[in-house]
Amino acid sequence: MALLCLMPMFSHAGEAQDIADDPVIEKRMMQLAEKVRCLVCQSEPVSNSHSDWSKDVRQIMREKMKAGATDQEIMDLLVERFGKSVLFDPPVDKETMPLWLAPFVLLVLGSAVLIYQLRKRKSRIADEPSISAEDAQRAADLLK
Amino acid sequence: MMRFILPFVIFVVLSVFLYKGLGRDTSEVPSPLVNKAAPTFVLPKLSEPDQKFSPADMKGKVWLLNVWASWCGACKDEHPILMELSKQNIVPMVGLDYKDKREDGLATLQKAGNPYTLTIADADGKVGFDYGVYGVPETYVIDKQGVIRFKLIGAVTPENLTQTILPLVKELQAK
Repeated sequence: MALLCLMPMFSHAGEAQDIADDPVIEKRMMQLAEKVRCLVCQSEPVSNSHSDWSKDVRQIMREKMKAGATDQEIMDLLVERFGKSVLFDPPVDKETMPLWLAPFVLLVLGSAVLIYQLRKRKSRIADEPSISAEDAQRAADLLK
Repeated sequence: MMRFILPFVIFVVLSVFLYKGLGRDTSEVPSPLVNKAAPTFVLPKLSEPDQKFSPADMKGKVWLLNVWASWCGACKDEHPILMELSKQNIVPMVGLDYKDKREDGLATLQKAGNPYTLTIADADGKVGFDYGVYGVPETYVIDKQGVIRFKLIGAVTPENLTQTILPLVKELQAK
């Protein structure tokens, strides 16, 4: 109960103090922050970025976790604000489907071309007249 | 003949993709908030902190929300353009002073001029977060129903103002 009374105070902590007061939440927050892309840096997760933006995101994660939000709820909130590009592991959905499928489409196309070419080559080899007895004799003589 | 044309076509297609990729700014993330209702908030005005502002106050008007800060370099680039825009009296512009000290924000407006219809202070950046702000300056076009219609990340320039923002504002005002 005492903890419950304290909660509003924590959530209005204001300016980010980056040191956590709860090691459990800090650990959970860092694990989640690893999956979030820092939008103002290049290919760096929020968990180990020093940018102000990442600090804010970490602080917001802490506050939401203290308020009882699940990891999924926090991720949904971030996606709602900043779009799917904040996720390092983009979801498979209607929008990203072409990207996920492209390699397989290329594989099928490539295989089709390869099979076609091999078949063509095979039939060309088969069409070539086999060597006559006369030529075989000549070749054998030359190789002597 | 085919064995030359096909690789050539593939080469051209790849080149086009790669060239386009070169020109893309990957730091610009399309906002998922466009065509969604602008998040509500209540914030104090920068000059009179006891007066509050909420987006609901702008219902029925097309308006711009310009996120700026005294510490932001690119904001200084767009500032003269915003000054010019405010003189033309086309569209009300609310300035959101993002993660700034009140006195710094006020000093900037005092010195460089105030292009805003009104300015609000988002000292801890919570409202900025709700609007998906991650770089300053950012400018939002919000329609009469309070829906975000456009978000510009980075400075307003004469080009994007006359080619994108103002035509959109006029279109929305006519609705």
